[in-house]
Amino acid sequence: MTAYLLRRLLYAVPILIGVNLLTFVLFFVVNSPDDMARMHLGEKRVTEEAVQTWKQSHGYDKPLIFNPEATGLARLTDTIFFEKSVRLFAFQFGSSDDGRDIGYDISQRMWPSLAIAIPVLLVGLAFNISYALFIVLFRATYVDIGSVVLLVAMLSISSLFYIIGGQFILGKLFHLAPISGYDTGLNAWKFLILPVIVGVIGGIGAGTRWYRTLFLEEIAKDYVRTARAKGLSESRVLFRHVLGNALIPILTGVVVVLPLLFMGSLITESFFGIPGLGSYTIDAIGNQDFAIVRSMVFLGAVLYILGLILTDISYTLVDPRVRLQ
Amino acid sequence: MTARLQKTWILATLMLSFLIAGCDDSPWNDPYPASDADSNTVYSSFDERPKHLDPARSYSANEYAFLAQIYEPPLQYHFLLRPYRLVPLSAAEVPVARYFDAAGNPLPEDTPAADIARSDYLIRIQPGMRFQPHPAFAQDAEGRFRYHALTAADLDGINRLADFPEVGTRELTAEDFVYQIKRLAASWLHSPIAGVMGQHIVGFQELAGQLESAAGQGPLEQAETLRQSSLAGVEAVDRDRFRISLKGKYPQFAYWLAMPFFAPMPWEAEVFYAQPGLAERNITLDWYPVGSGPFFLSENNPNLRMVLERNPNFHGESYPTEGMPGDVESGILADAGKPIPFVDRAIYSLEKEEIPRWNKFLQGYYDSSGIASDAFDQAVQIDVEGEPILTDAMRKQGISLLTSVEPSSFYLGFNMLDPVIGGDSPRAHLLRRAISIALDYEEFISIFTNGRGVVAQGPIPPGIFGYREGESGINPFVYEWRDGRPVRRSLDEAKVLMEQAGYPDGIERETGRTLTINYEAVATGPDDRARLNWIRKQFAKLGIDLVIRSTDYNRFQDKLRNGTGQVFMFGWNADYPDPENFLFLLYGPNGKVEHQGENAANYANPEFDRLFDEMKFMDDGPERQAILDRLVEIARTDAPWIWGFHPKAFSLHHQWMANAYPNQMANNTLKYRRIDPELRQRLRQDWNQPVLWPLWVGAGLLVALVLPAWWLVRRRERRTAL
Repeated sequence: MTAYLLRRLLYAVPILIGVNLLTFVLFFVVNSPDDMARMHLGEKRVTEEAVQTWKQSHGYDKPLIFNPEATGLARLTDTIFFEKSVRLFAFQFGSSDDGRDIGYDISQRMWPSLAIAIPVLLVGLAFNISYALFIVLFRATYVDIGSVVLLVAMLSISSLFYIIGGQFILGKLFHLAPISGYDTGLNAWKFLILPVIVGVIGGIGAGTRWYRTLFLEEIAKDYVRTARAKGLSESRVLFRHVLGNALIPILTGVVVVLPLLFMGSLITESFFGIPGLGSYTIDAIGNQDFAIVRSMVFLGAVLYILGLILTDISYTLVDPRVRLQ
Repeated sequence: MTARLQKTWILATLMLSFLIAGCDDSPWNDPYPASDADSNTVYSSFDERPKHLDPARSYSANEYAFLAQIYEPPLQYHFLLRPYRLVPLSAAEVPVARYFDAAGNPLPEDTPAADIARSDYLIRIQPGMRFQPHPAFAQDAEGRFRYHALTAADLDGINRLADFPEVGTRELTAEDFVYQIKRLAASWLHSPIAGVMGQHIVGFQELAGQLESAAGQGPLEQAETLRQSSLAGVEAVDRDRFRISLKGKYPQFAYWLAMPFFAPMPWEAEVFYAQPGLAERNITLDWYPVGSGPFFLSENNPNLRMVLERNPNFHGESYPTEGMPGDVESGILADAGKPIPFVDRAIYSLEKEEIPRWNKFLQGYYDSSGIASDAFDQAVQIDVEGEPILTDAMRKQGISLLTSVEPSSFYLGFNMLDPVIGGDSPRAHLLRRAISIALDYEEFISIFTNGRGVVAQGPIPPGIFGYREGESGINPFVYEWRDGRPVRRSLDEAKVLMEQAGYPDGIERETGRTLTINYEAVATGPDDRARLNWIRKQFAKLGIDLVIRSTDYNRFQDKLRNGTGQVFMFGWNADYPDPENFLFLLYGPNGKVEHQGENAANYANPEFDRLFDEMKFMDDGPERQAILDRLVEIARTDAPWIWGFHPKAFSLHHQWMANAYPNQMANNTLKYRRIDPELRQRLRQDWNQPVLWPLWVGAGLLVALVLPAWWLVRRRERRTAL
């Protein structure tokens, strides 16, 4: 297993370089260093000289990927891409284009993201699995048909609708929770109620339908028939056997997103005024702050790879037949 | 205790603590701590995190909302008087320029600008002003700075400025103003006005050149270099006075003295922040201002909230005693002569989206608000006289509406370098004038800004010297005066102009082809589509085929810089209330393509340029008005812009907020605001009582669903197979 993990980690290096290169190319197709300078210097009275000075002081006065004027390896290393990317692999994110330390900001902003994402994941998981098992229990009845219609309707609705609807009904109409905002420490709890409820409800449609499919596939297998033949109750069959055997696909979906919980949700954080990493990323894109964008994409890629590795490991835990080689 | 019992106990404790927390007096949806309920605090919001809070770097309205409360430049705008008038802030009086010839001999005030080689502004600062409490000033018993030689160990546990246990202060001196002006020349600070000041302040460019060598140094060395350097045109005469020498005459300089760029900066702050280890903690001068104003930034968390608190070292200021006619009756002068600021604190919460911001305002959690387009009909209706008034719902809540025309212009520019639409040929003139008539800006304002705008008759907005009201102020090429109001000329007149220009019904006479014009647009959302369609239809009235070339803002800017566009929409927000700040947008030597200036239309007219050069040095008066009239007339004749509109600002204020008054130039108005926290708390309670029946209905519904399901499951499990 150790060899397997090492191999996976080594595979991650070219993937991360590729992700970084792709981010770099996509970003600079849309924005040039001159655009970035003008964005940061403001719209008024920006002289060409000021633009050049900004680029120089922020290290954007070099060629993007290839430096024809340099010699040898410097043709590749004396470029914006190399200089801005290489430190990422040591998780040194550097400063944003407006001078703030990105690592510090990430360390501050990941907690609000987690404060929303973890309850949404756990409550959502518990509810969706329970509801899916309930539907499977009443499969091919009106309960099943009605639920599927409801779930399809729910997953067809935009998440924005849930957010605005939740804010309107719970916050504005019934005055049960703050419409938006956040606070530090334990004072944050009342700001989490609404986004967590909205997040859970918004995920019911897709989540429950997926789990229902998994359970239905599982319930048709021979071991279930055997369990029933042995006289086990339907709820015991479902909760003990079907649920246990359906864990692999559930784990695939859940474990892989665990590390990504850090990254936050772009829309939810923006609408609820949560100072998490999702809104951090969206702000950086809007402000053309390449330093933050590349850091967040890099971090996202690292976490995704980490999630895949964790998924592989979790397989071995839930299914003894699986071996990592 | 068994594990199960333990779990139950923990759960019960948690639930109880939440219940206790929820049972205080504050409404459930109150986003602020209950302990703040009666505090003398202004609640506001910001939608974009400020990029810079260093007064040398900052140049945007959202940053000035904070900076202007903290830093005190020499001058400020009078809160109530109009036209806008400069009054002293940190200066003891408004300085008067003294003029000198090339030999240094003093010249009389009325000397022609061309004969003036140098202007001196001698600024005397108010005595006894002190900086806010700050660790940069903290000293030990021997008088050594407590935090000017920080080690890594000293920084353990330091994550915010407030984590430094000791603070100090000192009195402002003229040297602090001089130091700040020198900072504007430092290339590593990227001051946006370095270019402008380089043209005017004696020795500024030379200093900028000298400081270039320090650009690669570390922050501490840079701070020291800056401190040791000298600027020929700026000197501290004594402890309380400093002199700024300008090249030639530049009367608009006084307005710059009302901007944070010229606020005093203590060298101790720069040295303090330059120490290693602080930037990694985001403790920098760009994030933690050091001012002398009525407030200081006590919490800087741009991801969540910014908090301003009353500066205990504030030197004191009084509420204005003068106002405009009607101000006494309206009550805005009720606090005349009283010491300011009235509020102890201002909390600005990050609120990126319009909908939650608007709803929280209606719930009383923000004291004031603008009006988003989506909420406009909910807040404002137009009365029979066409004036905006509040809806019944707003009036019932005791909300008041304030409106004022902004010193801004949004115009449709023609690229004067373009061979078809630009230039000064009679044909191009006629074409531009025809389009000016066809483009119905009254309709634009009505559809796209909810009526929040005034149609522009020229480049100068209302409230700025040179603007003319009434019949004499209309653009005769587009409007005629009928029944006491301007009426847009008919489309038939525009069509006649098109025919004269050689484009009858939009068909080019020589080629027989439809006239096609490219419109450069920054279009990002679905709302833009409606606007672009509207513009296309306006051109289609004349038979012109308008090709919309949508792009992002960067490419749009590129097209303006390269002069490759034909027609575009653009805007300008005044730096200061002087006609020069608008007419310079049409000044030839400011052409964007050739000179990288702000003249986006690349308009150039020798007579206009000559008169502009003359006008910009003049003091307001009939002579200047006459030249301004001529300048506007030339511009209207040449029509390099369709003059567009001047936006109108609408703001709403709750009944507990006093002294809200529209002032489009001053940013430091927080100190005038007064609130009634008790009334606010009472109304918040009334407006936000939790509605609990949905909870009981929800719980009942859950039981009604779960119980039958449970019963069904039980029945199914107990059912026999046959």
